[in-house]
Amino acid sequence: MSALAAAAGAPSRTPDHAVAKSAPVYVDDPIRAFAVVTIFWGVVGFLAGTFVASQLAFPFMNLDLPWTTFGRVRPVHTSAVIFAFGGNALFMTSLYIVQRTCGARLFGGNPAAWFLFWCYQLVIVLAASGYVLGVTSGKEYAEFEWYVDALLTVMWVAYLVIYVGTVMKRTEPHIYVANWFFLAFIITVAMLHLGNNAAIPIALGSTKAYHFASGVQDAMIQWWYGHNAVGFFLTAAFLGMMYYFIPKQANRPVYSYRLSIVHFWALTFLYIWAGPHHLHYTALPEWAQMLGMTFSIMLWMPSWGGMINGIMTLSGAWEKLRTDPGLRFSVTAVAFYGMSTFEGPLMSVRAVNSLSHWTDWTIGHVHSGAMGWVGFIVFGTLYYLVPVLWKRSQVYSAKLMSWHFWIATLGIVFYITAMWVSGIMQGLMWRAYDEFGFLQYSFVETVQAMHPFYVIRMLGGVLYVTGALIMAYNLWMTVRSPSTAPVRAPQAAAAE
Amino acid sequence: MPTKIEKDAVSGTMTTGHEWDGVKELNTPLPSWWVYTFYATIAWAAVIMLLYPSVPALSGYWKGLIGYSAREEVMQDMATARQARAATFQRIETASLADIRRNPELFTVALAGGKAAFGENCAACHGAGGQGAKGGFPSLADDTWLWGGSLSDIQQTIQYGIRNTHAESRQSAMPKFGIDGVLTNAQISDVAEFVLSLSRRSTDAASATRGAAVFAENCVSCHQENGTGNRELGAPNLTTGIWLYGGDKASIMETVRASRSGNMPAWVELDPMTIKMLAVYVHALGGGE
Repeated sequence: MSALAAAAGAPSRTPDHAVAKSAPVYVDDPIRAFAVVTIFWGVVGFLAGTFVASQLAFPFMNLDLPWTTFGRVRPVHTSAVIFAFGGNALFMTSLYIVQRTCGARLFGGNPAAWFLFWCYQLVIVLAASGYVLGVTSGKEYAEFEWYVDALLTVMWVAYLVIYVGTVMKRTEPHIYVANWFFLAFIITVAMLHLGNNAAIPIALGSTKAYHFASGVQDAMIQWWYGHNAVGFFLTAAFLGMMYYFIPKQANRPVYSYRLSIVHFWALTFLYIWAGPHHLHYTALPEWAQMLGMTFSIMLWMPSWGGMINGIMTLSGAWEKLRTDPGLRFSVTAVAFYGMSTFEGPLMSVRAVNSLSHWTDWTIGHVHSGAMGWVGFIVFGTLYYLVPVLWKRSQVYSAKLMSWHFWIATLGIVFYITAMWVSGIMQGLMWRAYDEFGFLQYSFVETVQAMHPFYVIRMLGGVLYVTGALIMAYNLWMTVRSPSTAPVRAPQAAAAE
Repeated sequence: MPTKIEKDAVSGTMTTGHEWDGVKELNTPLPSWWVYTFYATIAWAAVIMLLYPSVPALSGYWKGLIGYSAREEVMQDMATARQARAATFQRIETASLADIRRNPELFTVALAGGKAAFGENCAACHGAGGQGAKGGFPSLADDTWLWGGSLSDIQQTIQYGIRNTHAESRQSAMPKFGIDGVLTNAQISDVAEFVLSLSRRSTDAASATRGAAVFAENCVSCHQENGTGNRELGAPNLTTGIWLYGGDKASIMETVRASRSGNMPAWVELDPMTIKMLAVYVHALGGGE
């Protein structure tokens, strides 16, 4: 009898327990598949990143082959981490969350989700193989050529239909905040994707297409896309992830409903204007640059609204940070998010930008967001979700989770501090001139000066990959090891 | 699934009464520091928009109250800088290279200007310190010169380059002795052995002696009888032990067989004063004559 009570009272990590008896049968198989590829592409993307980092430090790492040069592998890295790792993580979590928080089975069921899964993997493989072979649209973070763009458009429409369909048949009276963020992400990314890839193929049999705009208009469209890919893909959607998994991990209510509403709408409205800050001091009209800067500054607090809600949700559960390394990942992610979303507006100020732009500082900024925020929130989520999805009692090894946490954190610190120092030094060297007005340093001297920091950055990457490999092993063992066998059903427990 | 509003035991705040999959929300008011900071950024943005060009109109754009323009600012900065150094630059422009070299003040300015121009234009081939690079990029820091190391020689080389299409370019071509069938392989081997002997590195005296005859017949018109070269033709001195394309026997044989012809662009896009400063700088790298 007491055993039965203990089993019933055991902390239920499966959300299905919490929901009423008549919970629908959720679509989970494709979500498990998304979890697997998230880990796989994560490792691939981090490895590619470390490889290109090594090329910047040691040029012979280009291997003198066209397919392995920096120019071709770099988009493999960026697309792999943003779209393959980040994108699959978003499919995994959005499809999981929308079902749970709507109390409804996924619209379209298993076939719809499997369609998304296979279509998206095909997009990734087509894109990456294209880059290596030299097929690229030349637009940063939108390097897919037109045939991949078309495929992605089809699947994105399906994604929207599946998502909205599920929300529409919800059994909850309200739509949970995570779903607002995911919807904003799906709709805005559709708009960005269509706008920035409105290109005409030179022939149907050709991989090459040209965008309808050219010159500074093209540049503006590109950074309207690029900035909001950060804003809606890497920020809004991952906030959706955060809004579900941090309350779940901390087992606490969301700190402020009002804040979630206000910062959601403020973020959604303001982000879309900020793109021109990527084009400060260029041929872009000055008014557009100034407008982009002011909206970037106004974005600071709306961005921080998510950080406040994430961190303050822990009030009353702070001690969990010591005992749950998964939660530690999620909360550290939110801290990195707060740091990057302060640094971003700062760097958008023209006076700061005149020093930071086109230097490694930007690369460091992006990576504190990418490795710290996006990476860590996904790691935290995976540590929570894998045991839930595979119905295991816990993660195989908390110790390995801690190792992953500290190794990856050290990797990020190596990376971003190296890039801060290198970037600011680079910016200062570029602008240094002597009393006669002559430039003090030639370009190659700045490259020489950056070499040690490129080595440190590469080591940061090595640490980050190492952490991800530890996670992959730990989660594999979580699914496989007998030590994480699912909690026994009450009847079995009572029979003992 | 309506749920009831309840008091959160930890914070004492009420929930909103909603619940999704076990997740509830507190009805905490907006943090006031957050609201006021948000207002402050909006106010700051409004002020910036008012003062600076910032908003598009149907035709043109809002110019801002203070009439700021980054482009004009840059032009003014450049004009001020030009004016500040105009006097010195004018003296460099009119002074002869030798005068610049002798006048400590002009020399200092020319060194600085030359160094900057060198880093942006020359370092890619000749190295950041003018140390040269493998594959035919001569060191500019030693005292061996292909086309002359005086200030005016260097100026001439920078201005018009070597073996390019400019009419004033320095021109010369070494015959392809092997490819054109002028010399047999054995003769090439012998003459290479002789060339080695010029820097006392020959290991086969008989071959070198045979090579001396080949050299006398084919090479002396440019490289001189004693192999010291001819700067008029850019024919290198073969006795110094400094080699542009390698000084081992195989490399020398390849040079004789197929010839080498490095080239350098005519720096016509650089203004004459920059060329002057470059000449002074290169001259001062170590080997100026």
